[in-house]
Amino acid sequence: MQSKPVKSRGEAMKLVSLTKFEWNKYMVYIVFLIVFLIFSVTLGENGFLTNNNLLNILRQTSMISIMAVAGTFVLASGQIDLTVGSVAAMTAMIVALILQHTNSIWLAIIGGLAFGALTGSVNGLLVTRLKLPAFLATLGMMQVIRGAAMWITNTAAVPITNNTFNTIFGIGDLGGVSVLILWTILFYLAGIFVFNKLPFGRHVLATGGNEQSAKYSGINTDWIKMKVFILSGMFAAFAGILYAGRMQSGRFSFGEGDELSVIAAVVLGGAAMKGGSGSVLRTLIGSILMGVITNALILAGLRTAQQVIIQGLILVLAVALSNLAQKNKN
Amino acid sequence: MEQVLKMENIIKTFGETQVLKNVNFDLIVGEVHALAGGNGAGKSTLMKIMTGVYTKDSGDIYLEGKPVRIDSTDDAKRQGIAMIFQELSLVHSMTIAENIFLGDELKSNLTLNKKEMNQRANIVLQELGIDIDPNLTVENLSVGMSQMVEIAKAVNKQAKIIVFDEPTASLSAKETEKLFELIENLKQKGTTIVYISHRMNEIMQICDRITILKDGAHALTESLTNLTLEQIVSYFVPYQNKQVKFEWKKRELGSESLTLLSVNNLTVENKVQDVSFSIREGEIVGIAGLMGSGRTEILETLFGIRPMDSGSIEISGKKARIKTINDAINAGLGLVPEDRRRQGLVLEHTLKENFILPSIKKNPKLSSFIINEKNANQLSEETVEEFNVKTSGINKVISLLSGGNQQKIVIAKWMKMNPKVMLLDEPTAGVDIGAKSEIINIIRNYADKKNGVLLVSSELTELLAACDRILVLYEGRLIKELNREEIKREEELQHAIQAG
Ligand SMILES: Nc1ncnc2c1ncn2[C@@H]1O[C@H](COP(=O)(O)OP(=O)(O)OP(=O)(O)O)[C@@H](O)[C@H]1O
Ligand SMILES: [Mg+2]
Repeated sequence: MQSKPVKSRGEAMKLVSLTKFEWNKYMVYIVFLIVFLIFSVTLGENGFLTNNNLLNILRQTSMISIMAVAGTFVLASGQIDLTVGSVAAMTAMIVALILQHTNSIWLAIIGGLAFGALTGSVNGLLVTRLKLPAFLATLGMMQVIRGAAMWITNTAAVPITNNTFNTIFGIGDLGGVSVLILWTILFYLAGIFVFNKLPFGRHVLATGGNEQSAKYSGINTDWIKMKVFILSGMFAAFAGILYAGRMQSGRFSFGEGDELSVIAAVVLGGAAMKGGSGSVLRTLIGSILMGVITNALILAGLRTAQQVIIQGLILVLAVALSNLAQKNKN
Repeated sequence: MEQVLKMENIIKTFGETQVLKNVNFDLIVGEVHALAGGNGAGKSTLMKIMTGVYTKDSGDIYLEGKPVRIDSTDDAKRQGIAMIFQELSLVHSMTIAENIFLGDELKSNLTLNKKEMNQRANIVLQELGIDIDPNLTVENLSVGMSQMVEIAKAVNKQAKIIVFDEPTASLSAKETEKLFELIENLKQKGTTIVYISHRMNEIMQICDRITILKDGAHALTESLTNLTLEQIVSYFVPYQNKQVKFEWKKRELGSESLTLLSVNNLTVENKVQDVSFSIREGEIVGIAGLMGSGRTEILETLFGIRPMDSGSIEISGKKARIKTINDAINAGLGLVPEDRRRQGLVLEHTLKENFILPSIKKNPKLSSFIINEKNANQLSEETVEEFNVKTSGINKVISLLSGGNQQKIVIAKWMKMNPKVMLLDEPTAGVDIGAKSEIINIIRNYADKKNGVLLVSSELTELLAACDRILVLYEGRLIKELNREEIKREEELQHAIQAG
């Protein structure tokens, strides 16, 4: 197309449409900066900006962050997984029980991850074979697993006395940095690599973007969904292992509500609920952003009940912002 | 001759490209006005501005002489301007009557007055000559009938101006005829019609005046009685020296050319009955037939989308067991599907992402283990060049390309996989005349490299231009096989298709 001299009006339009487009991609960074600045100013006196507090935030969000890596794949493929919180709890129970009986860390880890993989497979089969909507399938499974986690010890907590386990997966640190943060970094590097650099990532996005076109392009979309659910289950199981290590016990109530926090993190990171988009790195920012907010609420002296309300509002806001960004893109 | 609408100096810019450059457009009461131009000329954009889907950067719109603001689709609706979209906007789970009254339901007191809605819907349908029960659910209707309902909905909302954007692309010959009757009907009632199409014969048949856009600028508005087909075409094909007429060239296959694909006694549900044929190296074989004659089903079965009931497929002399799409790809087949938007593309992804999707895991240049972005970019750039795709870059979201350019990407993404036999289902749907002949050329060149092509098309001119041999299907059966040389005129093929 020949370019005629563009009028100033056109120039202005160009600018507007440019910011509109970038908004979708950079929303989470911008919001993060603004929120961070506000808290730095208002809560600086309360110790918000201290190294200790900042590391604390990262430590506390690490389970959500890790589950949200897989959550990015799940949403990108057009699915949803509500079982992650309960899988984390059940895994923590399994790990604690195995340690109690055998004291073998390897067995505990393998047992925990196998449980995650199993749950993921069941979710995947329900969705791809029985054609259940992922929302309902995983909603039901979530209840089943949470119930099982309560049942297995009659709601009693199982203490973990294996100090090596607790150190590696929960309370230890390396040069002053918590192992939880190190695990998070590791999982993000892996997640970013797989999502951005391997054909699998593209296949996931295509499956969520337009399943029929993906199929017609030779992608086995059912198999992609299976893999994504298994990935999600195993990441959730690993988060459960970290819960167990950090709390030095297994407890049925771990990870309650985490499924929603994970979705919020991914959506804050710019992924659309309808699938086909998402970014692992932006999910991390989304997850930390929520951690920052929770932390600030605590510093500001809000009670748990109030925190819960605010977290709910954040979820709504995240989806609203994501919708807005999607709309602007078109 | 009373002017009903006038658009003046319309400018629209997307990102960095000015898509409409000071365009003027006007409509006279009760006319059928053709809007023509190459892919990406700005036809849809202009009409989307008129119907409030997009807002213009500058320019004026007058309705019956008075300036109006159209900032939203609601505004347009209130002014009596409606557009029949290709992606029909009906709610599939509701009845015809409910759809027609969607948004302004009739009520008696507080509850819906279903009876009256049905009656009134019936009257509207009758007046338009559409013979159907308004109680039927939309999901059970054919594409053609859904479109009729869409039109009835517009008429019921008192539309004075109705825009059709390539309405016949997915209609059978019969349905097209019905649509033309309906348009004539509307015209008699004083409704003004805008008709966008790449099919010149349709434009010549039903339109009164034509406006041609070229690269976003107004090129001509003229009464069609004063124009010949060649004159029109010359306006919007940018490369006049190139041959745009669809002329068949005899292609030599050579006597030792091997059989690439042979299909034996293929039967699929009640759609395809006992069909056998083969394709040799370098051969382009066409399938002609009415809508519903089983053409698409044959391609889909070969490509592993539908299971076959009986029959066998051989590729290069070896029996091929095709149960999944991947089997078909690995056996050396590629399919350009019928519905570009739903089956061919991921609309929200970029040109490049769409282009590399099928090959990303199979082409070692694109990924050994990790994706090679550099090669992916390079291959995409080369393909854009080779296929003459009009785009501002390979990272443009594909839905923002015009229809014809989208289609070229669907074809390219498969051709670059180098399948031995390429299956093409209506590859030039929604593509302008220039691009059509380019695509036919692309197909020829592809076959010249000792590949086989199986081409389904409803446009006989296109089949006759491209194919060496044409199979005629009727109600799922192969009733005739014609060598291209035997066919002297298009009418002969037309007869063969209808005869049965
Ligand atoms: N929302 C959008 N954002 C950016 N570019 C767009 C958008 N919509 C259309 N375009 C661009 O504007 C130009 C005109 O597109 P338009 O769809 O109006 O063409 P058209 O004449 O209808 O073509 P076709 O015959 O292929 O349908 C194209 O180059 C297209 O890529
Ligand atoms: Mg168009």
